[in-house]
Amino acid sequence: MSIETPAAKAGPFAHEPVSIPRTMGLVMLALLPATLFGIVQFGWPALYLFVATILAAILAEAASLRVAGKPVRPYLMDGSAILTGWLLAMTLPPWAPWWIGAVGSLLAIVVAKQVFGGIGQNLFNPAMVARVALLITFPLEMTSFTVPTPLFSAHAPGLLESLAITFGVQGFDAFSGATVLGHVRTELGQGHALSAILPEVFGSVSGAVGTVAGSMGETSALLLLGGGIFLIYKRIISWHIPVTMMGTIAVLATVMHLVDPEHYTGPYYHLVSGATLLGAFFIATDLVTSPVTRLGQIIFAAGCGLLVYVIRTWAGYPEGVAFAVLLMNACTPLIDHYVKPRVYGRDRRGQPIEYADDAEVQS
Amino acid sequence: MKLFKIRGGVHPDDRKQLAAGQAIESLPMPALLHIPLQQHIGAPASPAVRRGQRVAKGDLLAQGQGVISAPVHAPTSGRIMGVGSYPAHHASGLSVPTITLQPDGEDRWADHIQGVEDPFALEPEEVAARVAKAGVVGMGGATFPAAVKLNLRKRYRIHTLVINGAECEPYLTCDDRLMRERADSVIDGIRIMAHALGVERIIVAIENNKPEAQAAMAVAAADDSRIRIARLPTRYPMGSEKHLVQTLTGRETPARGLTADIGVVVHNPATAFAVHEALRFGYPLVSRVVTVTGGAIAQPRNLRVLLGTKVQDLLDHCGGFRVDPERLISGGPMMGQPLPSTRVPMVKGSNGVLALTVEETNEREPMPCIRCGSCVQACPCGLVPLEMAAHTRVGDLEGAVGLGLMDCISCGSCAYACPGHIPLVQFFNYAKGEMAARGRAKQKQAETKRLAEQRTARMEAIKQAKREAMAKRKREMAAKKKAEAEKKAAAEAQGGQEGQTDRPVRSASETEA
Repeated sequence: MSIETPAAKAGPFAHEPVSIPRTMGLVMLALLPATLFGIVQFGWPALYLFVATILAAILAEAASLRVAGKPVRPYLMDGSAILTGWLLAMTLPPWAPWWIGAVGSLLAIVVAKQVFGGIGQNLFNPAMVARVALLITFPLEMTSFTVPTPLFSAHAPGLLESLAITFGVQGFDAFSGATVLGHVRTELGQGHALSAILPEVFGSVSGAVGTVAGSMGETSALLLLGGGIFLIYKRIISWHIPVTMMGTIAVLATVMHLVDPEHYTGPYYHLVSGATLLGAFFIATDLVTSPVTRLGQIIFAAGCGLLVYVIRTWAGYPEGVAFAVLLMNACTPLIDHYVKPRVYGRDRRGQPIEYADDAEVQS
Repeated sequence: MKLFKIRGGVHPDDRKQLAAGQAIESLPMPALLHIPLQQHIGAPASPAVRRGQRVAKGDLLAQGQGVISAPVHAPTSGRIMGVGSYPAHHASGLSVPTITLQPDGEDRWADHIQGVEDPFALEPEEVAARVAKAGVVGMGGATFPAAVKLNLRKRYRIHTLVINGAECEPYLTCDDRLMRERADSVIDGIRIMAHALGVERIIVAIENNKPEAQAAMAVAAADDSRIRIARLPTRYPMGSEKHLVQTLTGRETPARGLTADIGVVVHNPATAFAVHEALRFGYPLVSRVVTVTGGAIAQPRNLRVLLGTKVQDLLDHCGGFRVDPERLISGGPMMGQPLPSTRVPMVKGSNGVLALTVEETNEREPMPCIRCGSCVQACPCGLVPLEMAAHTRVGDLEGAVGLGLMDCISCGSCAYACPGHIPLVQFFNYAKGEMAARGRAKQKQAETKRLAEQRTARMEAIKQAKREAMAKRKREMAAKKKAEAEKKAAAEAQGGQEGQTDRPVRSASETEA
């Protein structure tokens, strides 16, 4: 018996059991606990918005692939569009109308991703492009947060009532509340001291668990932390970006807090509030838009952390994760150009290594 | 001993359990042997036998040509059926000059085969010469003539001999079995090589997934205080020569250099065994241990096969295929080459025949790069494979070279780890081949230009010479005419001198004008 093997191909003829759908799937799995928490906490409207956003992302992806003449099935099955929609939904106010999610998904998939050439080609994080565009275009809808009304609790809207909130024309006006970051920002702006503001809105437990007003999937710092650690354990992301980004924020917050505790909140507040954890573990670590080398990632994440702190503290918006990540995304090609690993057998300038001594071996 | 860290690398499932338990057995004598004349890096050997000639085992079949080459010997006694061409043990399947030998079944060694009583009494040059004469080449797969490496002490200050028993390629167990079963012989070969190199430091490096081999070699080396056993962490590509030396010494081999630049020579255990056989018994390299394994092989085995045995003979002895293989590979799965057919013969560098199932190869349609950086983390050479591939893709090969393409060792770690299943090594092999072809084309162009210019100059010189000759003839003719005219004038105007003085003055004024 004699077999003729298929056309010659270079090795390797073994492959690590990895694939792009697996990568995307694991990220979604890591997001699941915080997502479920968000849905339970903010009720049916949150679920409707979540579903609408993801559906719009899938449709936008399929339509774009069609127009681009690419095979729809394999690219849709890679899971990247679902993940983009998912991440976007996590950052939206949970009771926002459905079209906020749908428009956001269109912006994310068509403008931020497919126009650049599809998966792997986009310069900016699609979900963050969409979030920033929505925030600037629809400031009212994007800043109308709701206080937690857990599913089946007394004040929670029912299935039908929720349909009216998400898909109705009027929107809602009840139950509105501000995020902790937003509230503190406003109060500080009116000249109040932190010792007077903080105790009524920020508790160390509620901040970590996430039983506060906020975006659908951003409130539970603990569950996001768990998901992030799971991703590091699964080697989907490395520790470099999240640790550096959170570290930078923590160091800046600590220094400023020590300088003036009445006007600058401490590190714990910054870490558990807003989108810090979602940003550090799931947004800034986006594979496509972050640098590929470890050192590059550290520089990138330090920049993200710095910008988040600066925007939150001194700029016009109470939250700055989306802006910070987008600004650093723009720096990624530059970082990747200048920060490269040292090549084996060469020095940093690319010249072959020369040893001064006479080839003496250490043992 | 203290080990140093190397960058990158991957941890493939080593699948060595398939064949590691199988003791080395000799393959029954095949019906025909096809012995290629080039089984090594360097110049092909030139045939030294004729069709129909009878040869004994170990007789010279083809003589090495030049400095970097190796002779080829008869793997058994028999009759030469032909000196022609036969498909090569290479992915291309092209035919190469090959000697076909029909074994007579006696397997009789030639009378002149004779070992050395005490190899350590020989001059180092004499050891290297005997190794060269035995046709020993690097048996880890690189097939560089071993004797050339044993002579490196002439040009480098060599202080350490490293024996590369890492066998980091998954599946392969031939070195493992050889070190387990023939540890004394391997150690003897190592000591002979150390004598030839004149080194006092010997490190036998074996990965931790081969504890039996580590133990056997430690016992065999116990008498010799110069030999140390290094227990390597199991990681691919630990057996890459330059990375192994870095693990052991902490030093990187300078780019484009040899490990000899930092005083280290690396040999394979199977090469050491071949040196032992060559010096102690005078046996040339006519057989080697091959691992036949993979999920599609019915009974994975480690076989001692005569060089020139067809791959099909090995497969038959291992019970054939259990299921249809997806890929048939020569060597390991990471850096091995696809075999074009099972007709091709085994050669000095073939350490494994793998028949892999679909599940094992795990091939998928490539997806676009998502810049995850897995390849950057996996690359043991500090390259950025994704960028090199992107440049290669659009045909910017110079750009790829600028990013370090020529420092790539084609180990395949990047492609192994890529979630997009992008065939990165394929890109790099293409780019390297294309750059080499361009280099050759450029050289050829320069040479053509030089020759053309030389020809033009030559033609010009000939023309010039012709012109000069013509001018000379003209001048001579003119002078002759003039002389005749003068003679004539002189004859005509006897006594009339004025005409003669008049002419030269006029010509001078013409020149001035």
